[in-house]
Amino acid sequence: MADLATKAQTMDLPKADLKRSSLTLGIWAILAIALMWSWEGADMRPLALYKDAANMAAFVDGFFPPNFYEWPTLLQEMIITVQIAIWGTILSVICAVPFGILSSENMVPWWVWQPVRRLMDSFRAINEIVFAMLFVVAVGLGPFAGVLALWIHTTGVLAKLFSEAVEAIDPQPVEGIKATGADKIQQVIYGVIPQVMPLWISYSLYRFESNVRSATVLGIVGAGGIGMILWEQIRGFDYAGTAATLIVIVASVTLIDVISQRLRKMVT
Amino acid sequence: MAAIVVKSLTKTFGKSKKALDNVSLTIEPGEMVALIGASGSGKSTLIRHIAGLVEGDRLKGYCGVNVLGRSIQDNGRISAGAHDVRRHIGVIFQQFNLVERMSVLSNVLVGVLGRIPSWRGYLGLFSKDEKRLALAALDRVGILATVRQRASTLSGGQQQRAAIARALVQQSKIILADEPIASLDPASSKRVMETLRSVNEEDGITVVVSLHQVDYAYRYCPRTVALRDGQVIYDGPSDALTPGFLHELYGAASDELILGERKETPPKPSKAAAYAKPSRLVPQGKLKMAVSV
Repeated sequence: MADLATKAQTMDLPKADLKRSSLTLGIWAILAIALMWSWEGADMRPLALYKDAANMAAFVDGFFPPNFYEWPTLLQEMIITVQIAIWGTILSVICAVPFGILSSENMVPWWVWQPVRRLMDSFRAINEIVFAMLFVVAVGLGPFAGVLALWIHTTGVLAKLFSEAVEAIDPQPVEGIKATGADKIQQVIYGVIPQVMPLWISYSLYRFESNVRSATVLGIVGAGGIGMILWEQIRGFDYAGTAATLIVIVASVTLIDVISQRLRKMVT
Repeated sequence: MAAIVVKSLTKTFGKSKKALDNVSLTIEPGEMVALIGASGSGKSTLIRHIAGLVEGDRLKGYCGVNVLGRSIQDNGRISAGAHDVRRHIGVIFQQFNLVERMSVLSNVLVGVLGRIPSWRGYLGLFSKDEKRLALAALDRVGILATVRQRASTLSGGQQQRAAIARALVQQSKIILADEPIASLDPASSKRVMETLRSVNEEDGITVVVSLHQVDYAYRYCPRTVALRDGQVIYDGPSDALTPGFLHELYGAASDELILGERKETPPKPSKAAAYAKPSRLVPQGKLKMAVSV
């Protein structure tokens, strides 16, 4: 032990790599600059939190106690919200299978996956709420517009996730099937899909969870579900009612997340 | 009509690495032929070309592969009818290439895809007779009991035999086996090689099997084709491939091709002869003949 201590006094750390440490410094500097640059634009006023504290306390006070006077309607609308999510997810899973395969580099030539991917990018880039507003105009107010909105957006998301799973498959079983004289579609059905199935199911369930969350706000633009009630209550300064609605949403979303997580663990 | 005709096949990877160098080969129906050679000698590449899974170089003059009298690739292009020809070729891979998450039955049923209407294949509608054929094939390779299991639960040797069953269900006339025993233990290797031999002898299926070790070639294949750096350097009876001759063909690399039991150093043949089984002893005279083949 003493030997080690004596030896320790003669030891020196090797010089830090200058290139690496300056790179690290540079990254921190860029982050700092980005934060300062966004300060004005983002209207950062931390003092307002302090100055308006009394105001906010009064506002929060309005939420308590939550008022469940509308609970039958709340429950009914929450169920509709989940139903919107179910249909939106199912339709998008069905569409994401072909789109996912058609945007996988190891399945199709580049002149197929490039345009398909760009199309999926645009499905994904536009928020569900925006699609919902457009579909409300097209098919009228109500849950169906919400289903269509979730369908388009989720197709874009799932196609990307599905294709990533397809690109990670083991090509050897597919070659084994190809060698029996099976055609291209059969190679996908027998060689690719069995390999990606657990991941695909897991992704689909995860998107179902997200879709339930998204569906809770679709009602704000008139596309059905509990969001409509929420919007009415907030606009009518009915904060006790709003609190009740939020509690129903949180409880339902949590419940669905837990169930879906269980299911996902089962498949993978 | 020959089972397989390979004519002047060359395959270049990258700029100048020749994986196959002007390979010509004719294999008659009912033969059981071993392809031997060290790693990187072109065995697997040759098998993948015969199966039409990759195309050779485009060269002047005719070069290509004909299987059962039909072209599978011709002058660097996979022929239009390759998909159809492939149905008659069963391929067995070193890594078995089964779909591990599917049942053994489904994996074997894949063999019928090539000859049933596509839509039935898409929907997975297999007839009772097709399923019975799959069961018969599994029985033939001795793993009938595993039929309902997932392929991933099988041992390596069992998976390889399931792959042979798939080729049987395919009712292929030719089986190409690409290092089928390279990932197996000796007992499983023996069983797989015996299955291949029985398929060859009893069903009259032409078998081409690439092997890393020459010992299995002696035991199971009457004819051996030896490759080195993509060239055929020997094509003739397996008996003639004595360790001494292999040494002549491959130099120091020949050690890699021989398992323990038949290893010998050229100057001391008498000692090696004492260890080797008598049936595999080859008279020195025959060796000279083989060179001229």
